[in-house]
Order: sequence, then C-alpha cells, then structure tokens
Amino acid sequence: MGYAIRAEGLVKKYGDFTALDGVDLEVPAGKVVGVLGPNGAGKTTTVRILATLMRPDAGHASIGGYDIVKDPVRVRQLIGLTGQFASVDETLSGAENLVLIGRLLGLARRDAKARAAELLENFSLTEAARKPIATFSGGMRRRLDLAASLVGRPQVLFLDEPTTGLDPHARQEVWNVVRQLVADGSTVLLTTQYLEEADQLADSITVFDKGRKVAEGRPGELKRRVGGQILQVRPAMAADVPQVAQLLAELSGHSPAQDSGVLTVPADDPLLVAAVARRLDGAGITADELGLRLPSLDEVFLALTGHEPAVADEQPVAV
Amino acid sequence: MSTQTLSAPAELPGRIGLAQTAQHSLALAGRGVIKFMKSPMQLVDVILTPIISLLMFIYLFGDAMSGGDTHGYLQHVTPGVMVMAVFQASIGIGASLSADASTGIFDRFRSMPIARSSPLIGAVLADIVRYVACLATLVVLALIMGYRVGTNPVASLAAVALLIGFALSFSWISVFLGMLIKNPASVQGLMTILILPLTFASNVFVSDNKMADWLQAWSDVNPVSLVADAVRGLLNGGPVAGSLAGSLAWMAGVIVVFFPLAMRAYRKNAG
Repeated sequence: MGYAIRAEGLVKKYGDFTALDGVDLEVPAGKVVGVLGPNGAGKTTTVRILATLMRPDAGHASIGGYDIVKDPVRVRQLIGLTGQFASVDETLSGAENLVLIGRLLGLARRDAKARAAELLENFSLTEAARKPIATFSGGMRRRLDLAASLVGRPQVLFLDEPTTGLDPHARQEVWNVVRQLVADGSTVLLTTQYLEEADQLADSITVFDKGRKVAEGRPGELKRRVGGQILQVRPAMAADVPQVAQLLAELSGHSPAQDSGVLTVPADDPLLVAAVARRLDGAGITADELGLRLPSLDEVFLALTGHEPAVADEQPVAV
Repeated sequence: MSTQTLSAPAELPGRIGLAQTAQHSLALAGRGVIKFMKSPMQLVDVILTPIISLLMFIYLFGDAMSGGDTHGYLQHVTPGVMVMAVFQASIGIGASLSADASTGIFDRFRSMPIARSSPLIGAVLADIVRYVACLATLVVLALIMGYRVGTNPVASLAAVALLIGFALSFSWISVFLGMLIKNPASVQGLMTILILPLTFASNVFVSDNKMADWLQAWSDVNPVSLVADAVRGLLNGGPVAGSLAGSLAWMAGVIVVFFPLAMRAYRKNAG
C-alpha cells in the first residue's frame, strides 16, 4: 500500500528559533497517525507545511504523490484541514459556512446545499444549522469545523489538536466523529497533547519534542516503553510517606517518584493495586487516594527522552 | 466517504484558471454580503459620514465658501462629497481584512484548491454594498436639499459606476496595508492620514482657481479632483473626457501597483 503522506527532513526556522529540525514522517493510506508532543514541539508547524500553508526551509514532502511545494494546487484537492482555531466564519450560520465551502469547491448551489445538509445531519448539527456559529458550544463548533473540512471528501485529513480546550463530553463527541472517518477509510494525521487521545484514535504514534521526532510506534509499544499504567498513592498523613514509599518500592520493584505528598510508581502488574491496598491496610495506613492512571505526557516524555517536555502542558492526560 | 487509494496523478488540474478565480471571488464576495446583511451596523459609518459632511459643508461653511450662492455651491460640492465619501468608505477594508486574515478561516481558504487571490478580491467586491449604501444616502439627501441632476439617466449611471470603480481600485491600497500590518487599528489610522491630503487638497470644496499655484498644480493631478470633475461633468453637465481619462489612468495605475503588492504581502502573511 502506498503512503498518503511522506515527509523527509523537514526544517522550519523562525529567526533563531528552530521549530522543525529535520522531521521525517510517513503515513500509509487509510491509516491514522497521531503526532504527540507538548506545545512548541513542532506539531502545528508540521501540519501547516503539509497542508501547504507555509513552505519548509529544507526537506520535502508529498501528499498522495504530489509535492507540497511544486504542486500545491493538486495537494489542496486531496486534503482537508481542521486547525487549532475555529476555521469557520463566526457570523455565518452552520449551513451557510458549509454551503460557501461547497461553492468554493465547485459544487452547484443545489449540490452544495445537499452536501451541507448531509454533513449537518451526520454531525448532529441539524438543529443548529440556521444559527450563527457565535452561539455554538465549543464541541458544536469543532464538529462544524470537522464537517467543513469534509465537504470536499478529502482523502487526507489533518486534525491539529482537535480537542484542545474541550470538556470531556465534547472531546468524546469529536472522538466519535474521527472514529467514523477512520472506519470510512480516510487517512488522518492527528496532532494532540493527550496520550489518551492518540491511544484511542491512532494506528501509530509519533512523538515530537523540540522540533524532532523522538519516538514512534504502535500505541501499545509506546505504552510498554513508558511502563503502561501508573499507580498513584496519597497517604492521609504526611508522616506515612517514607513508609509507603518503601512499601511501593518493595511491591513494584521501582523506586517511587514523589511530588507534594503523592507517590507514583509504574504499575506493570495489574494486581499491584490490590497488593498495595492489602499492605496499607495491614500497616494501618490510611490513603486519601489510591488508584491507577495512564501516564501523563510529562511522564511519557521522561520515559522516552529522559527529560521533561520543552514547554510544560497545563492539562495532564485525562484519567 | 473517501477511498483507500489516492487518485491517479493525471486526474487533478494543477492550476486555477481565470474563470475559476472569478467564480471563487464571487462566492467569497457573497460571504461578505451575507455578513453585511446580518449586521447592518457595519454600514452606519458609510451612511452617517456623508450626511454629516454634506450638511456641514452646505449649512456651516456654504455661505462663506460660495459668497451667498448656496444652490450653486450645493451643485459643486455634491459630486465632490460623493467622491470623498466612497473614498472614505473604501479604506475600512484593510482593517477588517487584517483582522480576518489572522483567523482560522483564512487558513482554511489557503488550504483549499481555490485561487489565492480570491479571498481578497471577494472582500473588495463585497464592499460594493457599502458604496451603494453610501451613494444612495447621499443622493437622497442632496435631492432633498435641492440638488438637481442636469444630465440624463445614462450619464448618471456612468457617474455611479465611475464612483464605485474608483473606490474598488483605490481600496487595494488599504488591502495592501492590511496584509502588511497585523494591527487593524494602525491600518485604519494610516489610511485616514493618507486620504486627508487627497480629499482636502482637491477641488471637492473649493474651485481650483481659488487656490495657490502650487496647490492648484497638485489638485490638477489629484485623483480625487479628477474623479470629482468627471462626476460633476456626468451629473451636472460640462466637459468629461479629460478628467475621465485621468481618473481611469489613476484607477488602472493603483491596481497595477497595489494588487501585486497586496498579493505578495498576503502570501508572506501566511508565514
């Protein structure tokens, strides 16, 4: 099977700042690749270059075999883009936005209207079709944004942080839409700051840091490298912390990390929680918090690169 | 939805033709017109400014400027105020495009297989709504105040077409600045400063022969004077050919210089 997206040695500099420092990327047709990284890792720059919004300073890339610099008009006929910021017109209604895009893509007025109605229906936006976007909730706006990217039935879809800033419910809605696209066979390049999102949606994950690719693999492989889940304990009494730390080290075989009274260790064994609970109970130690969670982006980075992300993300991975 | 294999190379056109550029521009002009319809408050400035100008110049300064012949002055000033008003209406586009271009919607346009120039051309064309609103207001007010057209409907329509053409071509200066400068307020400020010497050092309010020699020399080649002369000729009667030729030369010149500049700035703007 051919590659829908292929990039080699992409470099982009802004003055002295190197946003992309030689990135290679390959996305097979019909697959979803998640690009995971903190703010400033170069995710958005990569998408902007691949979507022909800016030119790379070095390196080359092609979409569906067409060079993004030499053949941008053909590339634009293959792609759809949903940016980080709403790329729909706030003052127009949902339907007007979609009809406008259909008209720009050369559909006759009647076909543009039919396509708009079909997409609004698919994205459960029919009721909101006549209202201006300014009145839409965050989730509705993103869904409309996605719908706008799909008017031309693109073969390759770029989703740049499609759920950043959304509440969990709205995030779930967007995920459902993306899953539907994937089932329909679209090729998707998805950028995200959330490991869970990449895990849920992507066939494979590429991890970016400081404009470089630092790791790639299937979600399962990466998670194994990171150590799967994390066991987190918060003893009720600060005085118990050293004793709990010793106990965790003994049971898990890892030395626990400690941050403001919370102890964490990689949980390789799913039975670890039960074992820890029994031992705490036996020692008469009360814990305010005891449970498993997915590693945060910071922890993924620590495990993969040996350092914290270049720019700390304010929202950790959802539990 | 989409299929797993991508289309064969030969199927996709690699360039966007002129006809498509026109089609895309018109679709985007439609977007602008819908926006005016939804928030008519955007038209308040182009309706109020000419009303205030005309009332002020006739009733406040009219006597002093005309030596008592207020009707004669109204006949002289009205075509000139029309030029000034559409000129002022044409400078707002830079500021609004400057704000618009930084939003995601322009990223979407840039990622679509449409002519690069079409979002700008579309916005310029949508402003015809502003010019029509502005001119309609002025005509009604001037007629109420006693202004009389001395020619025929065809000449009057030609005057309106000239005024709108003048605003459309000169708005590219504002578009250029809007693409160059990221701060909308600075764009508006710069344009306001730019049009002051053009509108006031012209024959809009005073006849050329009342000016100092150097000022008259400038006024003679000033596009505002030339268009005002042509509109006066078309509406009041009198010679048109020379001033019309001069006006059209200015309009063509401004487009030839500022359209490519605006497009270059727009491409760079994308980063």
